[in-house]
Amino acid sequence: MTDQDFDNSTTNQAGSGGRAKFIVGGLLIVAAVVYLIVTSTQASAQYFLTVDELTERAGSDIGREVRISGAVIGDTVVYEPETLTLAFTVAHVPGDNDEIEAQGGLAKVLYDAVNDPDRNQLQVIYVGPKPDLLRHEAQAIMTGELGEDGIFYADELLLKCPTKYEEAVPEQSEG
Amino acid sequence: MVANLGYGALVITLLVSLYGIGAAYYGARTSKHAWIASARNATLLTFPLITVSALSIIYLLVTNDYQVDYVASVTSNSMPFYLKVTALWGGQPGSLVFWSWLMAAFASAVTLRKWERDQEFLPWVVIVTLVTLGFFVSLNIFFENPFLRLWQTTTGGVTKAMLQPAGSVAYIPMDGSGLNPLLRHPGMIIHPPMLYLGFVAFVIPYAFAIAALVTGRTDDRWIRITRRWTLVAWLFLSLGLILGGRWAYDVLGWGGYWGWDPVEIAAFMPWLTGTAFLHSVMIQEKRGMLKHWNMILIILTYELVIFGTFLTRSGVLSSVHAFAQSAIGPVFFAFMGLTFIVSLSLLLKRWNDLKAKTQMSSLLSREALFLLNNLLFMGILVVCFWGVIFPLISEIFTGQKVTVGPPFYERATGPLFAGLLLLMGVAPLAAWRHSSAKTLGRAMWKPFIASLVVLVVVLVSGVRNWAALLGFWLSAFVALVTLYEFWRGALARRRRSGENLPIALWHLAGRNRRRYGGYIIHLGVVLMAIGIIGIELFQTETQGTISRGEQISLGDYTVTFDSLSVFDTQDGRNVARAVMSVERNGRYVGELYPRRDYYYESQQPMTIPGVRSTWEDDFYILLVDWQPISSAGATFKIYHNPLVNWLWLGGFVFILGTLVAAWPERDPEKNRVSARSSSYATAKA
Repeated sequence: MTDQDFDNSTTNQAGSGGRAKFIVGGLLIVAAVVYLIVTSTQASAQYFLTVDELTERAGSDIGREVRISGAVIGDTVVYEPETLTLAFTVAHVPGDNDEIEAQGGLAKVLYDAVNDPDRNQLQVIYVGPKPDLLRHEAQAIMTGELGEDGIFYADELLLKCPTKYEEAVPEQSEG
Repeated sequence: MVANLGYGALVITLLVSLYGIGAAYYGARTSKHAWIASARNATLLTFPLITVSALSIIYLLVTNDYQVDYVASVTSNSMPFYLKVTALWGGQPGSLVFWSWLMAAFASAVTLRKWERDQEFLPWVVIVTLVTLGFFVSLNIFFENPFLRLWQTTTGGVTKAMLQPAGSVAYIPMDGSGLNPLLRHPGMIIHPPMLYLGFVAFVIPYAFAIAALVTGRTDDRWIRITRRWTLVAWLFLSLGLILGGRWAYDVLGWGGYWGWDPVEIAAFMPWLTGTAFLHSVMIQEKRGMLKHWNMILIILTYELVIFGTFLTRSGVLSSVHAFAQSAIGPVFFAFMGLTFIVSLSLLLKRWNDLKAKTQMSSLLSREALFLLNNLLFMGILVVCFWGVIFPLISEIFTGQKVTVGPPFYERATGPLFAGLLLLMGVAPLAAWRHSSAKTLGRAMWKPFIASLVVLVVVLVSGVRNWAALLGFWLSAFVALVTLYEFWRGALARRRRSGENLPIALWHLAGRNRRRYGGYIIHLGVVLMAIGIIGIELFQTETQGTISRGEQISLGDYTVTFDSLSVFDTQDGRNVARAVMSVERNGRYVGELYPRRDYYYESQQPMTIPGVRSTWEDDFYILLVDWQPISSAGATFKIYHNPLVNWLWLGGFVFILGTLVAAWPERDPEKNRVSARSSSYATAKA
């Protein structure tokens, strides 16, 4: 502690207030970065919801940009190349990673989701090229708005097929 | 057999590493040189051992030994030889072995060179590198074993195990599932290794930093020793990032090169701290300041390298959930936490030794501007980090997962990147210690006026977007300042030595490689900035479905859909390929062939654009869909990407500059003297 005090006193003498302008300058930069982060977060944050959560709060979220994850049901995929309109239905999958792991991993969760007719489902419409990875049991992550007709209009569509290249083996047990 | 050999080599590597750590520690603590020499030999032994393991995997891959699970999951019969070899880093287990192999190679290289000179540091360098190596090798042994074989049990199930379970028989699939088609690109040979080389090479400066903290030799010796290592690490990391962008542009078919994906950010974050480090070590070398800061930067870089290795996992397409899928997540975080705590406590222990004897006095001095540059880099880092962890934070505090996408990153980092660009123009002109607005103004008024002329030209050419105007003006300003520096230096040299200008320029850069290499890198960044402004602010797109003979227009361009053919290839693809003729302002400029490859074995299509690339713009066509029977109509998505080629040219210049800066000097002693006198001369000029 005494070292510290000694140090401060010498710098104050030598710097003759020189240190203050650096601290002020540094604080300005930090403030600018914080400002940029806060405003950008506010401007572009999207709620990440599951199909169940969106269904629950259907009324309040209409017309608001949200992000939805769901399992693609292959039979429902319809693509009209003339208008580039892609329509499909996704089934609810849990959003929480631990929950997914507890239910046997993403592959199993997706498989269960598309084969369970009682799950909440959501119709999706997306305009654009049909993504390469869109197929049965893929996980779709969509950004867009829920319309008043109950259809989700996606502006952005991201797909993930986690199982394909990592675990091609039917049954697994660690040896 | 080969699998057992490879696995055995991994296990022995771990044992040898553990021995090396113990021997180095004991030797350093008791000053027994025989033990330190033994630890050095252990380090040297890890390299051939891991080589055996890596070669075993490659052998299994090229001989299609599908009983090995890893081989079955990343290769297939139809893959060409070079892709089978590169499948070594096509999946998590193999890429970890590849990582360890590079780590062993670098650790050996360090202990082979200058052993006598750096003797006090080296036991600790050996310990840090072997701990890192041991960690990665144990991941392979205990969690991500690339040598696991498939066995059919009596119940009919298939299990993965190293040793044959009782009553089971070998299960050998007829064919593998093949490498992810997105990774089947010549870029795949070079992009992941470059990134990994960059990652691993950053471990070496970190190891020396830790050695300096432990031994108490906290002067700038560790920085001088690792200067070139750092540059080389940075070179490979930059190259990896640039190649990754190019690969995305060529193969991923979304008309972009960078998507602010968590995986990209994970590779970008160590680059940010590494770049800040490269700049701030110069302040320590010249002025003896910022020693704490440099330590913090290199420690952060190391942790981010580990984090990045964990997240990138060799290019498997990812999303917001990339990290939950692997069992090794918690282990990685534990290792990062542990190394971070140890590094920080060492730093705190030496905190007082690292106090600077001098301090900054002038806000416009070069060291102050470098410090500002560091703050901006850290600002970008914080933005990136915030974006990656924001979903977790929001979930903890609000119970609701909220994510941020590319608009967040673009908005938050845009002004910071602009600030960095401006600093790139100003800082090289500022003098060390004292610099005032007056001296700075005198040094840069000429380039400043010239850059305003460029701004007027851009305005006259019709650009009205204020962000683009600012960006182009900044680019012009930095480019002119940098070129002016070259010009002034070459003129001064010509006056002194009587050489003609090109020779004087050549010698100037040759004598002071770090300075002029740095300037070349800055020029590369400016060129990249021009390309990025072009594609980010002026990209236009259209899409449409047309029959044969019909046309789509976008800007000055008109394309005609001539024909479409669908055929099978020998390597298991079904290819649909369109022929499009492109006209610009009514003049025929060539044909483009956008296509869609469908991979039978992985049941995945892949869209490959047809691109016409010029310095002015890229015209980029994607084949989106087509009618299978008549092949009469097809859907295309078309992008017009102005100036994007400057991004790639800038990348090339950038790498060239780094090579200049990192190139070994012939006679260090002599050059140091001449460098000092020439920097003195320019400071006076």
